[in-house]
Amino acid sequence: MAAPAEVPPPLQGIPTAKEKKYDRQLRLWGINGQVALESTHIVLINNGPGVTGVETLKNLVLPNVGEFTIIDSAIVSEADLGVNFFLEDASLGKFRAVEAARLLEELNPGVKGHAVTELLETLITQEKALADYNLIIVAAPIDPAILAKIQAHSQQYRIPTFYLHSVGFFSSFSVYLPPTFPIVETHPDPTSTTDLRLLKPWPALSAFAKEKLKGLEEGTMAAHDKAHIPWLCLLLHYLEKWKQAHDGNVPEAFKEKTAFRDTVRAGDYNEENFDEACAAVLKSLNPPTPPSDVRDILSAPETQNLDKSSAPFWLIANAISKFYQEHGQLPLPGAVPDMKAVSADYIILQNIYKTKARQDSAEVLATVRELEKQLGRPQNFVQDAEVENFCKGAAHIHLVRGRSIQIVEAGKAIQFGDRAKAIAKELTNDESLIGLHIAFLAWDEFVATHHTSSQVAGGQGLKVPGSGTDDFEADAEKMTGIAHKIVDNLIKEAETFVEDPEYSQIKEKIAKFCTEILRAGGGELHNIASLTGGLLAQEVIKVITRQYVPIDNTCLFDGVASRTRVLRI
Amino acid sequence: MAAEVAAQPVNGTATGSRARWKHMDTLLSRPGAYTDEDDFAPGSVPIGNIEQSRILVIGAGGLGCEILKNLALSGFKHIDVIDMDTIDFLFREKDVGKAKASVAAEFVMKRCPGCVITPYAGKIQDKDEDYYMQFNLVICGLDSIEARRWINATLVGMVDMENPDSLKPLIDGGTEGFKGQSRVIFPTMTSCIECQLDMHAPRAAVPLCTLATIPRQPQHCIEWAHIIKWEEERKDLVLDTDDPEHITWLYQKALGRAKEFKIEGVTYSMTQGVVKNIIPAIASTNAIVAASCCNEAFKIVTSAASFLGTPGENNYMLYTGDASIYTYTFEHQKKDDCPVCGNLPKDLFVNPESTLGELVEGLAERPEAQLKKPNLRTEEKTLYYSSPASLEESTRPNLKRKISEMLADGEEFAVSDPAFEINFRFIARYA
Repeated sequence: MAAPAEVPPPLQGIPTAKEKKYDRQLRLWGINGQVALESTHIVLINNGPGVTGVETLKNLVLPNVGEFTIIDSAIVSEADLGVNFFLEDASLGKFRAVEAARLLEELNPGVKGHAVTELLETLITQEKALADYNLIIVAAPIDPAILAKIQAHSQQYRIPTFYLHSVGFFSSFSVYLPPTFPIVETHPDPTSTTDLRLLKPWPALSAFAKEKLKGLEEGTMAAHDKAHIPWLCLLLHYLEKWKQAHDGNVPEAFKEKTAFRDTVRAGDYNEENFDEACAAVLKSLNPPTPPSDVRDILSAPETQNLDKSSAPFWLIANAISKFYQEHGQLPLPGAVPDMKAVSADYIILQNIYKTKARQDSAEVLATVRELEKQLGRPQNFVQDAEVENFCKGAAHIHLVRGRSIQIVEAGKAIQFGDRAKAIAKELTNDESLIGLHIAFLAWDEFVATHHTSSQVAGGQGLKVPGSGTDDFEADAEKMTGIAHKIVDNLIKEAETFVEDPEYSQIKEKIAKFCTEILRAGGGELHNIASLTGGLLAQEVIKVITRQYVPIDNTCLFDGVASRTRVLRI
Repeated sequence: MAAEVAAQPVNGTATGSRARWKHMDTLLSRPGAYTDEDDFAPGSVPIGNIEQSRILVIGAGGLGCEILKNLALSGFKHIDVIDMDTIDFLFREKDVGKAKASVAAEFVMKRCPGCVITPYAGKIQDKDEDYYMQFNLVICGLDSIEARRWINATLVGMVDMENPDSLKPLIDGGTEGFKGQSRVIFPTMTSCIECQLDMHAPRAAVPLCTLATIPRQPQHCIEWAHIIKWEEERKDLVLDTDDPEHITWLYQKALGRAKEFKIEGVTYSMTQGVVKNIIPAIASTNAIVAASCCNEAFKIVTSAASFLGTPGENNYMLYTGDASIYTYTFEHQKKDDCPVCGNLPKDLFVNPESTLGELVEGLAERPEAQLKKPNLRTEEKTLYYSSPASLEESTRPNLKRKISEMLADGEEFAVSDPAFEINFRFIARYA
């Protein structure tokens, strides 16, 4: 058949060139995430070989971060050319920050890059040195006193800040996040989010199921109709029967559930909708109890003790906690998975869920408006859409209680504080990379104790262990000594002790991390820099968009064993 | 350019000035904490190995470009890259329409003098064993499962026990959104892509009757426009999923159908996503996976540290970054009944009462098979051939027959598919 002679439809709803260019990432974080990214000015305080930071920026320039600045006073050396993609032969002898910013900008004309080449130790004394930036990345090695100054700024203005190491086959980064960092759009796996309330159906749902099952037991239902009963209604029907036979109780234990599944199966051995119903039994018949970390958020002091400065998140959390107290369940998310059904039935079912979800959300919204009044906040301080969004994802909200980055101080023992006990336990966990974290702490302490200001006559600046031609073994021994002392202090601080042979094994493992780090002499391998730059950029995006769940709070990468581990330090 | 003093002494195997490789050479010139003397001689040997290795990169998209850059900055000097696509992306307008392989090669070579990258704009299937034999290692960064399976089978088939050089390690990377994986295969020695096929189950297709009669989701309406309506109304026009007029046409048809059934949610963007099967992708995940692949390549070539893929050790790293950061690094076991690298036929559970047609349809979706144009035969008889047309016609009546008439319980049958050069051996098991 030839195409009918009709005028081609007008082109409409076509994405703009920009939407097209960023299509594949917009499918992940949406327009809101993109707007947040495009209004960010990120600063990289670059030190050492400085490759990882620049690779991180590459992964942010490509998705169109607003602006970036590189603070780096280094001059491009030949060694830079072999490891940094954002330098070229003609860059030799020029400022590294200027050259890298220029070549990064070339990737995406939409992004504005800046370079600051002033010496960091003088720059940082200026009051507004970091005022322009809403996210900070700092690369080691750095004078810990300067790092402490940067972190003081971050804490004062609640600026998310990353501190990274990348040496040889190893890397790590820690993030400072504000003391409360809540996330609503965590993007959970869609298969884990289905919440159908089959154990507590409401009247509209029960009535619909009843209607769809009419005639099944009597055998008067047409075959086509039977084959198209939505599985959700099938389960509701057999649950009713089960309850009648079991004193009104629903199947709870695994054995009961499998027995229940057999009764569903006996309804029909071949039809696809019965298959679907059987497959859904184990995962759909759970009471809708929120996960414990969600309950923690609902009972958190910030939720329960609202004041005039409480952010919208806490008002909604408070309203939802009231809802939960009253109904024993969270607001209904309202989504229905696809299932075998005729179109009209499925749409009705969808509407039953949507209507209930809207009712729940309206109830929460009314509480929020009431709270606004009580707190003297302007009406609509919290937006309708925020409440709706929160209700949809209420079972998957997440809260990071940000911590500060651990900074070594020359001549002072490293403290683990309230985390000491948990971290000490990591020492005896084979899967843990705590040893690598301790090795990097020792590396920082070595730098701090071998540091002479380059502004003072004869000063060398920062001395990285193993960076000379013949100090490899001597430095390895020194740094391992520092690392072992950190381990002993940690065990002491945790008020525990570790016996041999475990104690010796821990020390040996850490000695190996130290030796392998020193082998690189402070140098970066491009692959490790690029991989770490990918990890870091991903975290930056999560923090900026407030979507997905960021690390809490230190990520370690072992490029020998090819694995990562996240620790809360 | 001033380049006098190399950081570390290197002997004859390394060439020219090594000043720009100071970081890497320092590490390669010192013993590692995890190396032993027998495997790793610090200095000129690993450095020479890097300089002399020839690496083949398959794919020059988001992953492939990163891989090329990483290899060039790991000191590799001889790299080839294959990609059949031209650039449709709007990154640099002047490059639109050019071959991806050539543009990527040029860009990286310009930045990394001394590295020679030879592009080939075409299909991997154009090349023969002699071509693949030149390389020391192959790295794949593509989004096509079919191409992966093809190169995997080819590399496994090339292994000649008498000739150690015929064994080419295959490193494969893949990403989707915030997730990805990298894996290393030593053909015939460790679990291969085919052994791991069920790790990447295909998305189940929506039954045609749902599309035709009882759509429920916006995607069903789009598929209806795509698969059914286009054939009906625009049969003479080849659908070009990059032509906005074509996508608009499908979008409007889908929208109309959605209205008819009161289904909400059809958008232009969704239409495009469904029709083109767009997988969300971001630069950072590509960076992570590409760098992981190249790190393994670097370790394999230099022996500077243990690498994934050593027989009996971990060979697979799964990465997820959507909820914190999590990697799972493990050993995927080689399968004796792998159709490519094993020697036993694979059990296939079938319902004897179902038809041969259902079995044929199922082969496309079964995670362990994923064969879209299968030809089936037992030792004695031909069951069904998808092609050529004449054979298809003569074997088509078999599709309606019951399995129990065609295959005995426990009977072996072979399946081939024109997309792959190998036979898949199965044993029918009545279930």
